[in-house]
Amino acid sequence: MRVEVVMPQMGESVAEGTIIKWHKQPGDAIEKDEILLEISTDKVDSEIPSSHEGKLAEITVEEGKTVDVGTTIAYIETEKDADIESSDNGESEKAEVAEDTAERSEEATAPANGEQIETKGRSGKDFYSPLVRSIAAKENVSQSELESIEGTGIGGRVRKQDLLGYLESRGTKPAARPTKQVQAIKYTGPMENVDVVEMDNIRKSIAKHMRTSLDTSAHVYSVSEVDMSKIVAFREKHKAEFQRKEGFKLTYTPFIADATVRALKDFPRVNASVDMDKGEVLEKRFVNLGMAVAIEDGLIVPVIKGADERSFLGLARETHRLANKARDKELDPDDVQGGTFTITNPGIFGNLYGLPIINQPQLGILGVGAIKKRPVVINDAIAIRSMMYLTLSYDHRVLDGAVGGQFLQRIVQYLEEFDGEGIL
Amino acid sequence: MAEITYIQAISEGLREEMQRDESVFLLGEDIGNYGGAFKVTKGFVEEFGEERVIDTPLAESAIFGMSIGAALQDMRPVAEMQFSDFVSTGFNQLVNNAAKIHYRWGAAVPMTVRMPTGGGVHGGPFHSQNTEAWFFHVPGLKLVAPSNPYDAKGLIKAAIRDKNPVLYFEHKYLYRREKQELSGDDFLVEIGKGRVAREGEDLTVLTYGSMVPTSLEAASHLESRIDVEVIDLRSLMPLDMELIIGSIKKTNKALIVHEDIKTGGIGAELSARITEEAFEWLDGPIRRVASIDTPVPFAPSLEEYFMPNPDKIAAGIQQLWDY
Repeated sequence: MRVEVVMPQMGESVAEGTIIKWHKQPGDAIEKDEILLEISTDKVDSEIPSSHEGKLAEITVEEGKTVDVGTTIAYIETEKDADIESSDNGESEKAEVAEDTAERSEEATAPANGEQIETKGRSGKDFYSPLVRSIAAKENVSQSELESIEGTGIGGRVRKQDLLGYLESRGTKPAARPTKQVQAIKYTGPMENVDVVEMDNIRKSIAKHMRTSLDTSAHVYSVSEVDMSKIVAFREKHKAEFQRKEGFKLTYTPFIADATVRALKDFPRVNASVDMDKGEVLEKRFVNLGMAVAIEDGLIVPVIKGADERSFLGLARETHRLANKARDKELDPDDVQGGTFTITNPGIFGNLYGLPIINQPQLGILGVGAIKKRPVVINDAIAIRSMMYLTLSYDHRVLDGAVGGQFLQRIVQYLEEFDGEGIL
Repeated sequence: MAEITYIQAISEGLREEMQRDESVFLLGEDIGNYGGAFKVTKGFVEEFGEERVIDTPLAESAIFGMSIGAALQDMRPVAEMQFSDFVSTGFNQLVNNAAKIHYRWGAAVPMTVRMPTGGGVHGGPFHSQNTEAWFFHVPGLKLVAPSNPYDAKGLIKAAIRDKNPVLYFEHKYLYRREKQELSGDDFLVEIGKGRVAREGEDLTVLTYGSMVPTSLEAASHLESRIDVEVIDLRSLMPLDMELIIGSIKKTNKALIVHEDIKTGGIGAELSARITEEAFEWLDGPIRRVASIDTPVPFAPSLEEYFMPNPDKIAAGIQQLWDY
């Protein structure tokens, strides 16, 4: 029997995928769960195992092509079922189907209750009647405006009177015009001495998300410096033993992650997202901490789930595990979803600090600068300390400077007060 | 001015037309000396004579055959079906002859068929049917269904004067229940024109015949909450689409009510026409309240369950309003 292979749904918001590589060619035998192909989505690259045992019969979507989730991309010929179909059983099966149909049509002639009125299928809030649609079009009411209207119909459907009421309260306020796409200026010069490099999915996705973020959030920035001397000393003292015990290097990341998570618990408003249509801030009572990781040709943000429930050691292990998975391109879609706040490390190449772009739909992102020894004034004396800049980019729509500044200072405080007791 | 009943209005209309025009004559079963099963033509044979009030054999096909022949000879026959259920034995004469003669040979067939129709009178499956949908599908026939004495009189007179075959659906339940004061003037109700039986802003009920008073009752029950408009179609063929669409564009919701069963009824066509012509004005699905898809039951309790009543119509209005 020929079995369809379809483009899988890699994460709930993903609508399409690109085929990077077919591991099998038509005619090749394949085991169940053996890797059949690699695909790339705007979130993650994945290896896809075969759902059936058999022979790859046909590839319908070539490498490099992007198709919608659910599109048939190949056929696998399975042996077991093929036998059944070629045998006589096919006939009796057909007969059964025919009988079935007869039964059903008999049912259909049974008296139908003329009074029963039921609403089935698409209804309620997702459905807009032809009238509501035509009024919305005439009055320039956008889809998001429509969705923001409180419906009083069955299942919350927006009825005529709801929309008319909304229009009345909206009054003479000019209808929101669709924002004009700014035409990007393109290079039109000579093409010799220009290397054309095609953008891959991840690149395109980053480009889109970064632009969207700047168009969405009102970015504002605060910068602070941290005396990391205690942590530097602690790490120097324990790194060899840590390496031996855990099998990986003790980096500064878990220290910063730990301080950040604690500060986020102190300032739930920062650990949130916003729904402007409804006028609601959604403060999360859990911390899923995104950690930006530079990979070969891009950047990815694996998420430490339940970061507020992990010990220092737990954070260190999870950071290490996810970073490795990211570099090996083995992240699952689930690994990159659901973040509530993100840390990124512009200092990794020695730079003092950077001003990162918020990872939507979060409200803030912490940029970690390089740790450098600098002369600082302590109690009117000059001392040499290991200093680090922290930058916080946050969304001024929801977070004012007071909250942002205090939150950042709380991280500084936790880092500087670090005593390292019992954390390893 | 005295109040007259729906059935008296039909009698008056017939009498006036017979007095006005010598070519008008009646034929049917027991309409002469007996005065008709429902006494519509009581006293007619005394006034107009046996030549103009003809008792026929129990043969509907023959009644229509005679009517068609006479109509082709410039007479104005008015054929009475004792019950509209019996029309089926004369079906061929109506759908293949009366309806098509003008299209095929260019001749007019100015005949009227009176169709005592409908249930609610405990008549059982052979004396209670609503048969309008059988003919709704046939080009060449006009169909009218009055709901009150004024329209009953105005439409019977208009049907008799029309040059086309007209099926006149008079509802038995309304015969002695609907009363109205009518002026003695010679008036007609134009075939093809509906009327607004009740003005409203929130939702339109499209109905005809016996369901007009029933729908009006439902609408008055809901008065405090929902402002219902009730349209009395009066003419089923042709339909007054201008009036219907105008009302839908105002209220944006349509509930169709008829006593006939739901499947393949007038409401199905109405619903399709509204969707075709006013889709963008709809704020809810077009729904129907109609009888259940079975023959009309004999037992009164089952007949009550089978047919629309004010409660069922009110529930239909409420649900569509809530949508």
